[in-house]
Amino acid sequence: MVDIESKAHQTVPPAEVDEVELYHATSFWTKYVFSQDAKIIAIQYSCVAIGIGLVALVLSSLIRLQLGFPDMFDFITAETYYQFVTMHGMIMVVYLLTALFLGGFGNYLIPLMVGARDMVFPYVNMLSFWIYFLAVIVLVASFFVPGGPTGAGWTLYPPQAILSGTPGGTGLGIILMLLSLALFIVGFTMGGLNYVITVLQGRTRGMTMMRLPLTIWGIFTATVLALLAFPALLVATIMMLFDRLLGTSFFMPSLVEFGEQLSYGGGSPILFQHLFWFFGHPEVYIVALPAFGIVSDLISTHARKNIFGYRMMVWAIVGIGALSFIVWAHHMYVSGMHPYFGFFFATTTLIIAVPTALKVYNWVLTLWNGNIHLTTPMLFSLGFLVTFLNGGLTGLFLGNVIVDIPLSDTMFVVAHFHMVMGVAPIMVIMGAIYHWYPKMTGRMLDEQMGKIHFWVTFVGSYLIFFPMHYVGLVGVPRRYPELGDSAFIPESVATLNSFISVAAFVVGFAQVLFIYNLISSLRNGQLAGHNPWRATTLEWQTPQTPPGHGNFDELPLVYRWPYDYSVPGAPEDFLAQNDPGQGPVK
Amino acid sequence: MGVAIAIVVVVVGSVLFHLFSPWWWTPIATNWVFMDDMISLTFWITGVVYVAVLLFVAYCVFKFQYREGRIAAYEPENNKLEGWLTVLTSLGVAALLAPGLVVWFQFVNVPEEATEIEVVGQQWSWSYRLPGLDGKLGTADNRLISVDNTLGINPDDPNGQDDIIIDGDDLHFALGKPVKMLLRSVDVLHDYYVPEFRAKMDMVPGMITYFWIEPTRVGTFDVLCAELCGVGHGFMRGTVLIDSEEDYALWLSEQITFAQMLEQRDVKVASAVKP
Repeated sequence: MVDIESKAHQTVPPAEVDEVELYHATSFWTKYVFSQDAKIIAIQYSCVAIGIGLVALVLSSLIRLQLGFPDMFDFITAETYYQFVTMHGMIMVVYLLTALFLGGFGNYLIPLMVGARDMVFPYVNMLSFWIYFLAVIVLVASFFVPGGPTGAGWTLYPPQAILSGTPGGTGLGIILMLLSLALFIVGFTMGGLNYVITVLQGRTRGMTMMRLPLTIWGIFTATVLALLAFPALLVATIMMLFDRLLGTSFFMPSLVEFGEQLSYGGGSPILFQHLFWFFGHPEVYIVALPAFGIVSDLISTHARKNIFGYRMMVWAIVGIGALSFIVWAHHMYVSGMHPYFGFFFATTTLIIAVPTALKVYNWVLTLWNGNIHLTTPMLFSLGFLVTFLNGGLTGLFLGNVIVDIPLSDTMFVVAHFHMVMGVAPIMVIMGAIYHWYPKMTGRMLDEQMGKIHFWVTFVGSYLIFFPMHYVGLVGVPRRYPELGDSAFIPESVATLNSFISVAAFVVGFAQVLFIYNLISSLRNGQLAGHNPWRATTLEWQTPQTPPGHGNFDELPLVYRWPYDYSVPGAPEDFLAQNDPGQGPVK
Repeated sequence: MGVAIAIVVVVVGSVLFHLFSPWWWTPIATNWVFMDDMISLTFWITGVVYVAVLLFVAYCVFKFQYREGRIAAYEPENNKLEGWLTVLTSLGVAALLAPGLVVWFQFVNVPEEATEIEVVGQQWSWSYRLPGLDGKLGTADNRLISVDNTLGINPDDPNGQDDIIIDGDDLHFALGKPVKMLLRSVDVLHDYYVPEFRAKMDMVPGMITYFWIEPTRVGTFDVLCAELCGVGHGFMRGTVLIDSEEDYALWLSEQITFAQMLEQRDVKVASAVKP
């Protein structure tokens, strides 16, 4: 039970430093374009991320066109297929999910939820967005250069990534990809420093670390991971650029391409894989931890019940974050690295399942004895629970080295990672948009449309990815534009592939409804008021909705943890964090 | 109510699909039955957790759905419950990890009696080399690759002279004879993948990787590449056969050695020069 009780008046320390004056923009350009206000930057990040995400959605439809109906479309060749697959993967992981969770939600929510007026370095925060925007432009440019974008797979494994047998390998495609990643990392670092320092230094009085909403814990920990993991990718991209442009051999051993001896020699392709996955595995949690945090708050708010086991949830986030740096080589069980690594990485990987499972139990136990409002955010949270549980459990197959051997590089892997870091976090993103849109715009999204959007997206995604595991179990390898003539693949797999494709088109099309809802509700949505979900956290306590420049009039003082829902004896079923009233204080 | 039913439908549908769908792994042809067993064990353990947790969620959604006047409980923590759940989960994870690591130990330690076979991958075909009568493979190096020596075998190494070269043809295995597959790449990453073997491993230019198998079933099987290797990745295919011992001996007697291959080539060149 509550064991950190203390009196309210003791919990808000006196002010130690004066407030710093904000930069006040006066012109349209400095207010809305080159804005230094985290809320505007958040919206800029979100719009660009969702825009480029829609490109990735179209690419996924093209992939499914080919897999479901091979040989029907002349414009999809092996070459373009690999380009679609590569760009789809890279955009989704880096330019959509990372940018939206940290640049979008991070920027919007951190200052508001910790009770700050803005990020601590607003100018650097602005630069962060514009460099991200430039990275996206460079990425998009690669679609238009001769030879097209790289088709090396999103993992960009050398040597093939920079050789002529791969689309874009000897053209500009791979160069632009690497440059764009490097820019992304530079931009992200500027934003990331802001998010971490604002959480550490910008909290209002009374907002102790153990009173932070789990959303902030998730985004904060993910940002720390990103700041430590992205440099490994930066190093890898720069070294590969040198290999490609200057003829160095960081990742290139002596090799013969189509009968011709190349001048490379002495480099290690596996070194690249270590660097890539040293970034790549924490990246999974860079996407997952904000989703964990946000979904905790959505479930708690919409079930009108405190999150179960808050301290366990915090330590699980931190523990998962720390462990995520020593599990990376489970992506490399069949890479040819020293086989004894398998023992170590399988053990660490399965250990990480324990705190992750505890989080799932705690979400579920939060529902127990709750008062569950089946709002659209709650529906998406339940959708997250189902898909994340599914994807997390198949992780126990692939993390266990001996089980991974037969399944690696098959469609089972594709199904697993789409379920766990595609569908599940996107469920949270959708839920979060339905949840915070009223704060960002002052109007509610249409619930009716929202529910249709949820059911089609959830059921459709499940029908895409659940059966796909079995395509992999049959033995169908990933990254094959067609099944080919293989005795071990029954013909019914082609039928299943067509079914999956149809489900994918329906899900893709349903997102039009979502975009329509986002746009039409700006004008037609029901007025939200300042706290439509009757939530406890500080962003719902702002005097204006949407919050004005500087967020608050007087900075709020925080008296309690963010989960005082349905407190016995309280006049309402929630007590805001800045409510000094009676009831348990935690 | 509707939402709770939907979750139950997802659970029941998933279980029924798992039990009755026709899509399952192709029958195994090597000693790695334990990999199949481990997948089955993992399906059981994770399946029970999946069903139990989701049915609990469905029950909660059904039982505690918003109703006028309902007040949620206030229960921030329950250390005892959280402790129990941690212990149970750890036990489940250990039950998967422990047998997995035992088999991994077998997988990475090759039995003494295994014969070495070299697989060479290049964009986008497979070649093979078997040791000759001396039982040893000669050395090889990508730098030695030329039109006349497509696998880069060291012509000065006496061990290599009687190596048997299979270039662009099927590979045969003898039933019941363990083999260590030495994997070498000429250009980019590949992965030697025969679904019926279960075992697979990347081939990396600049180094030799390996896995081992003991063929347990006579038959003809497809070879695919399982690591993206450029536009021809999906078409990098081959065929392997597992033969009875007699059939294997017959097949082996028809293959040519590296020395013979060089000789034939010299004869060809000579006869081409003559007229």
